[in-house]
Amino acid sequence: MAITQISLFLMNQPGQLVDAVGAISGAGSNIRAMSIAEANDFGILRAIVTDTDKVCSLLKDRFLITRTPVVAAKMDDRSGALYPILSALNKANVNIEYMYAFTGTGPEEAYVVLRVSDPDTTESVLHAHGIQTLSDEGLSL
Amino acid sequence: MGRYYQQDIETAPREKILEIQNEKLVRQVRHVWDNVPYYRHLMEEKGVTPEDIRGVEDLHKLPFLSKADLREAYPYGLLGTDLKNCVRIQSTSGTTGRRVVAFYTQHDVDLWEDCTARAIVAAGGTDEDVVQVCYGYGLFTGGAGLHGGSHKVGCLTLPMSSGNTERQIQFMMDLGSTILCCTPSYAAYIGESLAEMGYKPEDNKLKAGIFGAEPWTEEMRRDIEKKLGIKAYDIYGLTETSGPGVAYECEEQHGMHINEDHFLAEIIDPETGEVLPEGEKGELVFTSLDKEAFPLLRYRTRDICVLSRKPCSCGRTHVRMSKPMGRSDDMLIIRGVNVFPSQIETVLLKEGYTPNYQIVLDRERNTDTFDVYVEVSADQFSDLMSQIQKMEKSLEAALRTMLGIGPRVHLVAPKTITRSEGKAVRVIDKRKLHD
Ligand SMILES: [Zn+2]
Repeated sequence: MAITQISLFLMNQPGQLVDAVGAISGAGSNIRAMSIAEANDFGILRAIVTDTDKVCSLLKDRFLITRTPVVAAKMDDRSGALYPILSALNKANVNIEYMYAFTGTGPEEAYVVLRVSDPDTTESVLHAHGIQTLSDEGLSL
Repeated sequence: MGRYYQQDIETAPREKILEIQNEKLVRQVRHVWDNVPYYRHLMEEKGVTPEDIRGVEDLHKLPFLSKADLREAYPYGLLGTDLKNCVRIQSTSGTTGRRVVAFYTQHDVDLWEDCTARAIVAAGGTDEDVVQVCYGYGLFTGGAGLHGGSHKVGCLTLPMSSGNTERQIQFMMDLGSTILCCTPSYAAYIGESLAEMGYKPEDNKLKAGIFGAEPWTEEMRRDIEKKLGIKAYDIYGLTETSGPGVAYECEEQHGMHINEDHFLAEIIDPETGEVLPEGEKGELVFTSLDKEAFPLLRYRTRDICVLSRKPCSCGRTHVRMSKPMGRSDDMLIIRGVNVFPSQIETVLLKEGYTPNYQIVLDRERNTDTFDVYVEVSADQFSDLMSQIQKMEKSLEAALRTMLGIGPRVHLVAPKTITRSEGKAVRVIDKRKLHD
């Protein structure tokens, strides 16, 4: 039950980021988490948003946008909470392309977003270690 | 030998030049009408016959010939004489099937070499000189043109061709070359190499350089002159019209004298085709006056420049053309390599990209920079940085294989390439803006 991340291609030009964020908020969507990867000429904005479908349909004519299934593993918002997650994945030989984190809506609750090649296997590994993962349905709650 | 190669004609009064042009034009038009059905057809379409052309003032009645015509007529469609009368072929270095092939009779070769000989003498060349020709030899007109001219002047000619800089420098120093002929970027490179090897400008015997075949700036001229301790002269020409030597600089270094007894020059509005008055900027159009094998009437060079008939202190009376300020033609010369945007398009389509791209040319430290911006489509876009960088690298490799020169590829978002009236601007050439 992976969640859907949207990724936007941003040119390395003034105004690109604010345009993108403005367009997402214009869709009435809430950005739950985001990260930006940057190269010389461009950047990739990756975000977990509410109303993903609406955001995609509104932005697709103005931005290069793609959807990617990512795994959001739940953890406690405290020191050392990330370690068991990464440790479990490491033992299972799951390679992580990139990751970023956000805090949840519940008290002391946080999530780490993991971009992996096989989200299903990754989730099984986490579940076997008693680690919960978020679904798109769970995200909009 | 004095300051001119053919003094009578190079310094002839304007009336005399016009008289020669009138007489030669009438004959050249008749020659084309009788021998080149392709052009005869163009004339018939326009309702013009040779009888309508009585001199230079009737030139505007003739139809234009474009590069597209040359491609259409490839290879023999514009041939003005039997192949058995031809002694030479030269060609543009285009790597696609769009090359231009030009034919020469011995008369045409002589005429061309007279032109380059004039250029060499104008640069101070005499039979005492050692001329090092490091333009490419072969199909390219650079090597053959300057080589022939150097022979005519009686210079000791070093047919080095291009490349192998170490050997170039060894011959230059050991044999005391006095005149260097190559592309300006290669001259700059030789200058840098000499300095790196510990030579000072006064250590070489060079006095002059004749540089052409690619755009260069005044800044670059000064740089080369300083590095090599020489005076640098510009030379102009096209394979279509013969090769280098159609026009060349004198010691004034202020515009290139067009060899008007062999080539008639006009400046036209590239949009309307209307002939523009002297001093106005427009597209340069050439009409050959006495070529046998490859006579071209009103050939549109696509080079944008200005003509000046102001008297020149050198004593030559032939019109001067400015260095081309731009080129509406589709062929680009990048670091001496001919590049067609259509080749880039071919690679993009083959590699699964849209043909939305833009070439940006600039010059850094006297070397051309070559950047290609390519729009990525939604289905190619990935959230992985490494994936996009891999796409850039593999596209760079594919382009390098096709063009023989490697651009830097930048992937950009759709619809971000500059458009002018809905049409993508394919080429932004900033190299000419630095003058
Ligand atoms: Zn002059």
